[in-house]
Amino acid sequence: MRRITSALFLVGLAVLVAAVYQQMNLLVTPLAGDAINASAGQQVGAGNIVTAVVLAFRGFDTLLELTILFTAATVGGLVLGKPRADAPRDPDAGFILQAGADLFFPLLLVVGLYIILHGHLTPGGGFQGGVVLAAAFFIPVLARPGTTLDHHAVSLIEGLAGAAFILIGLLAMLGGEVFLTPLLDKGELGALFSAGTLPLLYLAVGLKVGAELAGLLAQLAATEATD
Amino acid sequence: MEWLVLMIVIVMLLSAVAVLLMKNFIAALAALSVVSLGMSVLFVILRAPDVAMTEAAIGAGLSSLMFALALRRLGLWKD
Repeated sequence: MRRITSALFLVGLAVLVAAVYQQMNLLVTPLAGDAINASAGQQVGAGNIVTAVVLAFRGFDTLLELTILFTAATVGGLVLGKPRADAPRDPDAGFILQAGADLFFPLLLVVGLYIILHGHLTPGGGFQGGVVLAAAFFIPVLARPGTTLDHHAVSLIEGLAGAAFILIGLLAMLGGEVFLTPLLDKGELGALFSAGTLPLLYLAVGLKVGAELAGLLAQLAATEATD
Repeated sequence: MEWLVLMIVIVMLLSAVAVLLMKNFIAALAALSVVSLGMSVLFVILRAPDVAMTEAAIGAGLSSLMFALALRRLGLWKD
């Protein structure tokens, strides 16, 4: 059974590589998305139309999405509870997992922050990068079951990031605009510091999602393992 | 391009059926993430890289992790 799974995984990997290779020659076909992409840059200053929609045109939806995620994580944390004091601890992970975790932590940190900070330019953004950040902080916990995440710091980051998102939205109202209207200078299209407040909003989203999911995963891992 | 999509769909279907038939929970979990991986490649081909990233990060990564932790909690995490 294990061989079949390995074979399936290898086939999937081969298809992935083939797809990426194929995609390189296929980027010339014109699609309707290009027209929308071209107009979003002038209106919001974001090179990525999805970010323009998620944060500028439909920012309030994103706030509610964050609320849903927050509620789900909170309820999950409530249901999971704490392990008994005399519960048996998990054995330490092997050398391979520990070395892999040490290697992966900085890599995932850089990839996650890159995806978040370039969310207004390239595909990806706060939600995707936040998940990568959560994985980065969870893998060391998985490799060394003795260590735990600092839950106070995690909830502090989560709360501050959520407050920052709402605060940026309220700042727009001070100027007489609608809630969550993009502020600041649009800047040059394609530059890292452009698109006004969109990168700041995505940074808040990324930190909130990352902190939430890392906390939830750490709590899930800390529950007692029945044997 | 069609052969590639066809291959991905076949791999996805095979691994989805394998999830149902496998007795080993860890193997079923690995097959489940292959379904998500194929899905994210399909999204890339359909030129929705944002959705592909989400599918790869959440579908293949995070949800497998959650399933793995749940299996361990239920005492099913063994060969």
